[in-house]
Amino acid sequence: MRFWDIFLAFLVGLGLWQSIVVLTEAPHYILPSPWRVAQAAYESRVIIAENAWVTAVEVVLGLAIGTLLGVATAIQLALSKTAERLMLPILVFTQAVPVFALAPLLTLWFGYGMGSKIVMTVLIIYFPVTSAFHDGLTQIDRGYRDLSLSMGAGKLNFMRHIQIPNALPSLGTGLRLAAVYAPIGAVIGEWVGASKGLGYLMLLANGRAKIDLMFASLIVLACLTVVLHIAVGVLAAQLTRHAQGNSFK
Amino acid sequence: MENGFERPMTKSPGILLKGRHCIDGIALFDANLHISSEQWTCLLGRSGVGKSTILRLILGLETGGHFTGSFTASDDMPLAGRISYMAQSDLLLPWLSVLDNVCIGAHLRGEKPDIGFANDLIGRVGLFEHIDQKPNTLSGGMRQRAALARTLFEDRPIVFLDEPFSSLDAGTRADMQELATRVLKDRTVLLVTHDPAEAARIGHQIIVMSAQETHNWPVPPTPVLREINDPQTLVCQAKLLDYLRGIAA
Repeated sequence: MRFWDIFLAFLVGLGLWQSIVVLTEAPHYILPSPWRVAQAAYESRVIIAENAWVTAVEVVLGLAIGTLLGVATAIQLALSKTAERLMLPILVFTQAVPVFALAPLLTLWFGYGMGSKIVMTVLIIYFPVTSAFHDGLTQIDRGYRDLSLSMGAGKLNFMRHIQIPNALPSLGTGLRLAAVYAPIGAVIGEWVGASKGLGYLMLLANGRAKIDLMFASLIVLACLTVVLHIAVGVLAAQLTRHAQGNSFK
Repeated sequence: MENGFERPMTKSPGILLKGRHCIDGIALFDANLHISSEQWTCLLGRSGVGKSTILRLILGLETGGHFTGSFTASDDMPLAGRISYMAQSDLLLPWLSVLDNVCIGAHLRGEKPDIGFANDLIGRVGLFEHIDQKPNTLSGGMRQRAALARTLFEDRPIVFLDEPFSSLDAGTRADMQELATRVLKDRTVLLVTHDPAEAARIGHQIIVMSAQETHNWPVPPTPVLREINDPQTLVCQAKLLDYLRGIAA
């Protein structure tokens, strides 16, 4: 049922797109038709695949590293009131700096290769993951705290056996957000300075007035994001199921 | 298999508490309590009078106020680490099985749990067939029995029960009262309850608490666990209810 809904929505989108092309009589170098984009995608499939692979690696590595750093930071903040007092305002302040503004600096520091794009992705997802997981770790039923104190629980054991499992649904929420933001981080990095990746390919195609190839790259990027979102959604759902005491599916 | 109820345990001490508890400078209660050794003491009083605060004070938990006075064990040994606690909510961790929930105290202290002892306790509370199940598959009564097994696993001479059966239906509550009095025999038990019938049935000692004072209520001469239809128990229950309604008015 859901598949057919998505398929129908896809067909409606294509229909709208084609209608706009026909009604506005826009030239193909301004707005190519879906068919033209499909042709460009097929003809350039190898180059699109190569660049999509680079972007996918950047996104997945950035997501993994950003998640690990976010989880570690959230645990540290939840364990230490001093760390929380000192670091939370800094974390919030860093969110006031637009990531776009950092991209040239990151390229300067980490080069034109994958490194700067991965760092960009890490930066863009670090805060949502840290914030969501930290909320989950600290918003814990007072009864659990009382029970643990009466049992003589150590701080680290309380974190390990109660706070972390209890916070897994919140981590899932942070990961869902991160899955949407991560490709943005990688593509921004590629726009600023790269020799590979879908962002680079889009700029290249734009510069050569190959708008159909640009559209094809954009659609592949959107598909990549959707696949990532679905995969992370499945993982997040499993984390929630585990925390609620339901078996993994 | 090791039997938890045959574990050597020194005589369970009584507790003496005398003092005043204030919140923001306003006295919540002025109490003088003697919780008898190896007996069930039931603590009653209107809502908000500070019954649970007494438990929290002795357990060393946050009370949101300031206590002036003292509480000591009748054997002059420290109370810390000798009290186990069971709250109104079962506080079972949804992601753990019954067995792991029962053993959680050991995990929280970083100790290796005595699985044989835990198995024995789970059998004693009639949950052996459900030992691997998660809490969300258990009924309310079964969850409270698992929480009781967890309390017993702590193997401490003093047990504090904060309205542990109040959310159960009447039949299950009566069953739990019988089970608890059987398995907690020879321990010093302080039960906070709103239910005069419960106090009349299982209390060796009944203490009625108001803001100004605490006083002992005469208990029926019959031994605990008293029959539900025992005339003297019914009279005690009725008089207690009358009195509580009077001080609440």
